[in-house]
Amino acid sequence: MGDAVLVRATGVERSFGPRRVLRDVSFELVRGGALVVTGPNGSGKTTLLRLLVGLATPTRGTLDVALDRARLGFVGHEPLLYRELTALENLDLFGRLYRVPERRERIGMLLERFGLWEARTERVLAFSRGMTQRLALCRALLHGPELLVLDEPHSALDLDGAALLDQELESLAGTTTFVVATHEPARLDRLATGRLALGRP
Amino acid sequence: MTGYLGDVAALARKDLRLELRARDTLPAMLLFVLATLVVFHFALPQDAGDRAAYGLLWVALVFTSLLGLARAWVPEQEAGALDGLVLAPTDRSAIWLGKTVAALAFLGAAELVALPAFTLFFAPLDASALAGVLLASVGICAVGSLVSAMAAASRGREVLLPLVFLPLAIPIVVGGVGASISDEPGKFLGFLGLYDVVFAILSWAAFEYVVTE
Repeated sequence: MGDAVLVRATGVERSFGPRRVLRDVSFELVRGGALVVTGPNGSGKTTLLRLLVGLATPTRGTLDVALDRARLGFVGHEPLLYRELTALENLDLFGRLYRVPERRERIGMLLERFGLWEARTERVLAFSRGMTQRLALCRALLHGPELLVLDEPHSALDLDGAALLDQELESLAGTTTFVVATHEPARLDRLATGRLALGRP
Repeated sequence: MTGYLGDVAALARKDLRLELRARDTLPAMLLFVLATLVVFHFALPQDAGDRAAYGLLWVALVFTSLLGLARAWVPEQEAGALDGLVLAPTDRSAIWLGKTVAALAFLGAAELVALPAFTLFFAPLDASALAGVLLASVGICAVGSLVSAMAAASRGREVLLPLVFLPLAIPIVVGGVGASISDEPGKFLGFLGLYDVVFAILSWAAFEYVVTE
C-alpha cells in the first residue's frame, strides 16, 4: 500500500450466517481524506465501520488499514462507555489506556469544548442521548486519532451539538482522515473527498 | 503505576468503583453464601461429622463465585464498553487480568464473611484449609473471568457459564476439600498451585481470542 493510501478495501464481503450484509465493497482512502458512506438502513454501513476499526473481520476480500489501533478513533451506535461511571471517570480510564499525555488537561479541554464540563461529575446513565453522544465524541477524540471512524455522529445531537461537531470535524480536516457513515451527507459536503453509496446486498 | 500493570490496576479499580456505586454483585454474594451455610447447617445431620461440612463449604464457595462471575461482564455489555476496551491499545490480556483481580476482591470479601460463619456453624478452619481457600480463589477467578467473558458473548449466557465453569471447577473442589481434610494437605495445595499457574496462563493467552473475531 502506498504511503498516501491509509485504507484500501478490495472486494470486501461480510456475512452473518446465511445473511450477507456487505457485498463486494472496494475503495481507497488517502491520508487526510474523508470518505462519506451513505445507504439505507440495513445496507451494511455499521458493519463496514466495525470492519474498518477491527471489531469484526471480512468474510471475503481484503481490508488493509495502515495504522495500529492506538491511532484509531471510533464512534459507533453505542457510546462505548460505562454508564455507572461519570464523564470524567470514563475519559480518565480511556485516557490512561491510550497513554494520553497531559491527560487531565486534554480531558478538561474536550469536556469544555463539547459543553459537558458542568456535567463532568454526573454518571453517564443520567445523561440525555445527546450528552452521551457528545461524551462518546470526546472519548474518540481524546488521543488525537489519525483515522476517525464515525457512525452517524450527528444522531441524537441537538442543533448546537451538531454545529459543534461540524466545526470540530472541519478543524481536523486535512490532518485527520475520516470515514463517516451518515444519513445527512449534505452536512459533510465541505469535508468529503470521496463517497461510497451502499445498497442492500 | 504505568504500563501493563498500570492498565490492569486502572481496569480493576474501575470494577471496584462500579460495584461500590451500583452494589449489584457483592451484597448478593454475601447474602447467598450466608444463606447457603445456614441451609447446610440445618440440612446436615448432627452426626455427619466435620468432613462432610468441609465439602459443603466448597460447594458454597464455588456457587457464590458463580453468582459473582455471572455479573462480571455486565457493565461492559451495557453500552458497548467492551468494544471500547478492545479498541484501546492496551494488551487485551490486561482486560482479563483486571477483571480477575476485581473478581478476586469480591470473592475475597465474600470469604471474609463465609469463613467465620463456617467456623461458627460447623468446624474451625486450620492454616492448610485457609491456604486452600486462597489458592482456589485465584483459580476460580482466573478461569471464571475467561469463561464468563465467553458466556457474555453468547446468546445462552445464563446456561453456558455454569455448564462450562462447573466442570473446570471440579479440580479446584478436589484440591480444596483435600487441603481441608487430608493428613497431607501439602500435595493438595501443590495441586491447587499448579492448577492456578496452568489455567491462569491459558486464560491470559486465550482471552484475546474470546473478545476478537
